[in-house]
Amino acid sequence: MSESKVSPPSDERLRYLLMAAVDQEISGEGRRELELALQGNPDLREELATFHRLKEVTDTMTPLKPPEETWDTYWEHVYRRLERGIGWVLVSLGTITAGTWALWTAVGQLIRDMTMPAYVRWGLLALIAGFVILFVSVVRERLFVQKKDPYKDVVR
Amino acid sequence: MNTSEATDRVLVVRAQRGERAAFGELVTRYMQRAYYVALGLVGNHDDALDLSQEAFARAFRARAGIDPERPFFPWLYHIVRRLCFNHARDQRSRRLTLEKAGGWLTDTTMGRCPLSPDRAVERAELREQVGEAIERLAERERETLVLREFEELRYQEIAELLGIPIGTVMSRLYRARRSLAREIETARSRLRQERGAGE
Repeated sequence: MSESKVSPPSDERLRYLLMAAVDQEISGEGRRELELALQGNPDLREELATFHRLKEVTDTMTPLKPPEETWDTYWEHVYRRLERGIGWVLVSLGTITAGTWALWTAVGQLIRDMTMPAYVRWGLLALIAGFVILFVSVVRERLFVQKKDPYKDVVR
Repeated sequence: MNTSEATDRVLVVRAQRGERAAFGELVTRYMQRAYYVALGLVGNHDDALDLSQEAFARAFRARAGIDPERPFFPWLYHIVRRLCFNHARDQRSRRLTLEKAGGWLTDTTMGRCPLSPDRAVERAELREQVGEAIERLAERERETLVLREFEELRYQEIAELLGIPIGTVMSRLYRARRSLAREIETARSRLRQERGAGE
């Protein structure tokens, strides 16, 4: 941690020093600076004491260990995901190919079907075209726009 | 480059050639770290397991983009955290998480020294309060706190892992601890009031 001497220390600087003191990452110079600031500031002393108490508590806490067999089967589960991933890619490719063919055939038949009134045919064509546009738009947004959105990690 | 990083490099290069066994060795090497980081970020076992495994699967699919000259874990870590943050933002899963809040921490003093029943209950309540308070922190603050407290990384290591200045690490830690202290104090006052009313 870099600690250039600032007198009197800013609020931000004091926060850095408090954290460094609690985590025992404070340098000799930082320690002297903090001690000076603590002398005339009871609120700061209370804040440091609160952080030390909290640290004592969190030091006694540790994440719960999962059952031992979790590690024995871990790679197996990852491997299964990899296999299924390939499966999903093939299913998606097949669905897109078959779907495109079915759509193409349906539209062709619709255009050639003279028994159906023209307005119904045009209505059905508009419906199909609308669905295709919406589908492409949503897929495009998911695939490209989301990846490039600089604000996607911002939480209100 | 240390020995571990050197073997990582070999394993990454082999994985990039499509050798799943080599990738399997990387998984075995980092699965616990990935799991515990995810546990700290999402707060329950099943989700942490699912998300950390998904992160490895995604890492394998994107292996062409790994730079073998750089350490593997920081690269993987960014996939884990992205998955965990997205998961936490999902309102449905957030509700589920809150239902199970606080249960992902254990008290290391338990079992080491015998406690009176009252003291044991108090410690269990405190553990739950800390777990819940951590889960309510903003995601960046929570992440920094988890890396410091449970991964026991130094400020410099956290800064390098997250790609942020060391001052930002300290600011986030400060905000996280201040919120945590307030939450625990509020929870304790509430408990004291409830006990006072019950007596």
